[in-house]
Amino acid sequence: MDAIRLTIDGQEVGARQGMTVLEAAQSAGIYIPTLCADPDLEPYGACRLCVVEIEKMRGLPTSCTTPATDGMVVYTNTPAVNEVRRTTIGLLLSDHPSECLICDRKERCQPFDICLRNVVVTERCVTCPKNGHCELQEVVDYLGITEIPFRRTTKSLPVDDSNPFFYRDLNKCILCGKCVRVCDEVLGVGAVALTYRGYASLVATFGDKPILDSNCVSCGECVAHCPVAALMPKKAELPTEEVATTCVYCGVGCGIYLGTRDGQIVSVRGRRDGTVNNGLLCVKGRYGFDFVHHRDRLKTPLIKKKGKFVKASWGEALDFVASKLKGYKSDEVAVISSAKCTNEDNYIAQKFARAVLGTNNVDHCARLCHASTVAGLGATFGAGAMTNSINELRDAGCILAIGTNTTEAHPIIALEMKRAVDKGAKLIVANPREIDLVRWSYLWLRHQPGSDVALLMGMMKVIVDEGLIDQAFIDERCENFDAFKKSLKGFDLDFVERTTGVPKDKIAEAARIYATEKPSALLYAMGITQHSHGTDNVIATANLAMLTGNIGKPATGVNPLRGQNNVQGACDLGALPNVYPGYQAVADANIRKKFEAAWGCSLPSSSGLTITEMIDAAGNKKIKAIYLIGENPLLSEPDITHAREALEKLEFLVVQDIFLSETAKLADVVLPGASFAEKDGTYTNTERRVQRVRKAIEPIGDCRPDWWITCEIGKGMGGKGFDFDRPSKIMDEIASLTPSYGGISYRRLEGSGLQWPCPTKDHPGTPILHTQQFTRGKGRFIPLEYKPPMELPDKQYPLVLTTGRSLYHFHTGTLTRRVEGLNVLKGEGTVEIDPEDASSLGIADGEKVKVISRRGEVVARAKVTEVSPPGVVFMTFHFAESPANMLTNPALDPVAKIPEYKVCAVRIERV
Amino acid sequence: MKVDIAKEVDEIASRYSRESGNLIPILQEAQEKFGYLPEEVMQRFARFLRLPESTVYGVSTFYAQFKLTPTGKTLVKVCRGTACHVRGGARILREVEKRLGIKPGETTSDLEYSLETIACFGSCALAPVMVIDKNVYGRMTTTKVGQILAETK
Ligand code: SF4
Ligand code: SF4
Ligand code: SF4
Ligand code: FES
Ligand code: FES
Repeated sequence: MDAIRLTIDGQEVGARQGMTVLEAAQSAGIYIPTLCADPDLEPYGACRLCVVEIEKMRGLPTSCTTPATDGMVVYTNTPAVNEVRRTTIGLLLSDHPSECLICDRKERCQPFDICLRNVVVTERCVTCPKNGHCELQEVVDYLGITEIPFRRTTKSLPVDDSNPFFYRDLNKCILCGKCVRVCDEVLGVGAVALTYRGYASLVATFGDKPILDSNCVSCGECVAHCPVAALMPKKAELPTEEVATTCVYCGVGCGIYLGTRDGQIVSVRGRRDGTVNNGLLCVKGRYGFDFVHHRDRLKTPLIKKKGKFVKASWGEALDFVASKLKGYKSDEVAVISSAKCTNEDNYIAQKFARAVLGTNNVDHCARLCHASTVAGLGATFGAGAMTNSINELRDAGCILAIGTNTTEAHPIIALEMKRAVDKGAKLIVANPREIDLVRWSYLWLRHQPGSDVALLMGMMKVIVDEGLIDQAFIDERCENFDAFKKSLKGFDLDFVERTTGVPKDKIAEAARIYATEKPSALLYAMGITQHSHGTDNVIATANLAMLTGNIGKPATGVNPLRGQNNVQGACDLGALPNVYPGYQAVADANIRKKFEAAWGCSLPSSSGLTITEMIDAAGNKKIKAIYLIGENPLLSEPDITHAREALEKLEFLVVQDIFLSETAKLADVVLPGASFAEKDGTYTNTERRVQRVRKAIEPIGDCRPDWWITCEIGKGMGGKGFDFDRPSKIMDEIASLTPSYGGISYRRLEGSGLQWPCPTKDHPGTPILHTQQFTRGKGRFIPLEYKPPMELPDKQYPLVLTTGRSLYHFHTGTLTRRVEGLNVLKGEGTVEIDPEDASSLGIADGEKVKVISRRGEVVARAKVTEVSPPGVVFMTFHFAESPANMLTNPALDPVAKIPEYKVCAVRIERV
Repeated sequence: MKVDIAKEVDEIASRYSRESGNLIPILQEAQEKFGYLPEEVMQRFARFLRLPESTVYGVSTFYAQFKLTPTGKTLVKVCRGTACHVRGGARILREVEKRLGIKPGETTSDLEYSLETIACFGSCALAPVMVIDKNVYGRMTTTKVGQILAETK
């Protein structure tokens, strides 16, 4: 960071090497008018407004593209400079609605005033939503322009209102190109481009179609960058207050500002400082918060009387729940907690289960997505979490993305990957489907669903055979290498090619790149975990990283991308049947004693039931009552029909949620929880970063924070240690009992949060795990063999069904299905099918078809696309109307008990 | 997309590497082959070159040499100038539209005819005027439209 000094308008200014003249001026608080420069984008130099005079330089250079150098003397506000600027702006204004811009009454004029110059409404700034914060207005003011020396023309293009979240009114476009550049440079989407030329220039989608028909992903980033009102959110109300909090829609945990006015959420804006997202957001994060004020929100407790829900007071409902739950033995009850709730909510839920109900029957839906991560990485490294941090990815030499459709499920991480690729990283995508990431990839391995172990072991065989292993790392840091090495014998490349369907030389090339283009980062998601051999898959990724020493260093690691916003936190805080907070085993007598002492009660020593086991136990009446917080197992469990039958057999079901979900309808008592906007707390994102959630509005109706509700039930049942008056105190108790959260307190979480392990009050947090040694000591290699999926296609069910997520929806859709715009973008479940399969079945694009498995059938619209390979069909699971999980196979991984969502056999029929 | 178009596109693509710099020569070849740049052709090349579709569209609209709509083998122009108008030019245009089944700016689906209008052809003495390729037909009547079109077949 070499400091340079230059003189701008007579003022001495310091700058860093590499800064432009514009940046140097801005950092010294000197205003230079600009329209096309943007700190998020590469210098562009198109609008020519930022021209300056620089001594010893000819002409008038654009300050946004000219590097600042030592001793430079710059003038930003000379007659020559302003002359050029005036001409530029004049040309620009000649076809922009500009009458108000140059009107001398503009300070005093109101939208409903009579215009003394008879200007039509569409030409007026005072009726424009950007009025008052428009960059064009700012520039015109600075230059003091009062007339336009060119002939006026108008564009009169129709306004494109096809997108549910924003308008495109190109009559107001000043062709700064920011939207085009953001969409391409930052997002990598490229939905719009500058088309035609000269006067006809126009920002357009492919074929100049409405933006809804383009590949736009509705992230709204272009809207946030447009300097004028050409791109405007449809909900353009300005907030009076903004609260810094965390997005609820995925494990990335983007920082947002929730803007409110009159107690309502009116806006969302990405937070830049100290966040993983650097101000960027995806469509759900930016536009997905209508659910908070949705009319369907539960507003009072409900008790089912004679088959109908009747409104109840809190006192009545809580007493009823407490007295009912008291009537069951410890092993007859279970608590299902939620990865959508805060850390504090989860901590209280598991404490309630253990200390009050006296059972370890507590679990949450992580079972259904990442239980195999916890098991597999636990066995190899000793900690089942992402080993590295998101913003390291940009420095990787190679990224191996296996079983993750990152652009749809973790959009902001995908942008980080794209950034790495732009910087020269080689991206290897291993996925049966031609997902969006394939566009950025150096190599695409299209392996058969369920053949991940074969693929990864094949790569490792190449690495070992060609001597590309990191011997020193293995000797020093790992154990059990020889046994593992022997198990590679079973994976000669012919066998691997046959099993995976990937040509040998591609596998070998991938292996070489991963082993040599260090640092190599490995990312995976549910494509790895949701298999009957999910734990093996995870172990394979860990073996690969250890083999090449790609672990414990920056931009390397094994990085499971967690799905739900707080699935990491729910696991960390012990909403699991076998561990207390911080993965401290319930079976360990010393640990149990610690918790018994802290909580003032005796605790059960045997592990409890997992979520899938609970449902089975409900089915055969071993479990009689369930207290379920914020989950919707009737859409998320595999084989839903079975889950419904089981839950119907319960004697007593309490559901705590913000909406009457499919599952809540079965409940005896429904308790209305507060949404994230209505409470304080913390979430832990996928990179182990504990971040604050802050209350922006008062709870809707009579709903209450989940921790409060559980505490009240706990107290009602005579439980001790539930007298918390605010969540920060819960965090203090968490810190006192959980070594990895030991140094965490709300005060320290201000700013960018903390990454665990953070054991002490002065520990800075841990961006990278296993740097000196593995959490378990030595990294353990584990030998593997190939196991095919439990259900393979046969004559009757000839196709493989694999399931996944859509960018536009979240989990079972309880939230996103209530955001109108998201349903415009994707309103129904589809089944994607390859053109060849479609034509042999006589199915046309858009036609309704029946998808049938051994467990059930659903109807969905066919989408004929080359994205899925022949023989494989794909569905999302968000839609109650076409619930993919009617079809999926509940076959469990023997270790992690995770169901096999990713592979089952189906057939498709026309309806 | 029709399989045969996909094959022809892939055949062109097979002679190029996947570098964005190849976009213009590829588009030139495609235009030669198809006579214009159909949307699905541009889309398939975008996928091949791993470029956003909009970028391909930006390039193909920027250069005048690229045509985004097909043009027919025969170009029919009808004059809309004042002199032609007062002598029934609009009727002539309607008749041509009816016979060809297209509006100005369009091309028949068999790619035989394109129809355009012009502001004035400078042959006002002959009004109303119709021009087919390079031949000027003056003093047009609706009956003559049918005969002349039949001759050009
Ligand atoms: S909303 Fe996002 S994807 Fe769509 S055009 Fe704007 S920047 Fe591109
Ligand atoms: S729409 Fe907005 S951001 Fe895009 S070029 Fe026009 S003025 Fe710039
Ligand atoms: S990427 Fe995830 S956390 Fe970020 S805005 Fe989108 S849904 Fe929210
Ligand atoms: S801001 Fe420098 S040229 Fe536009
Ligand atoms: S344009 Fe100035 S008052 Fe309306």
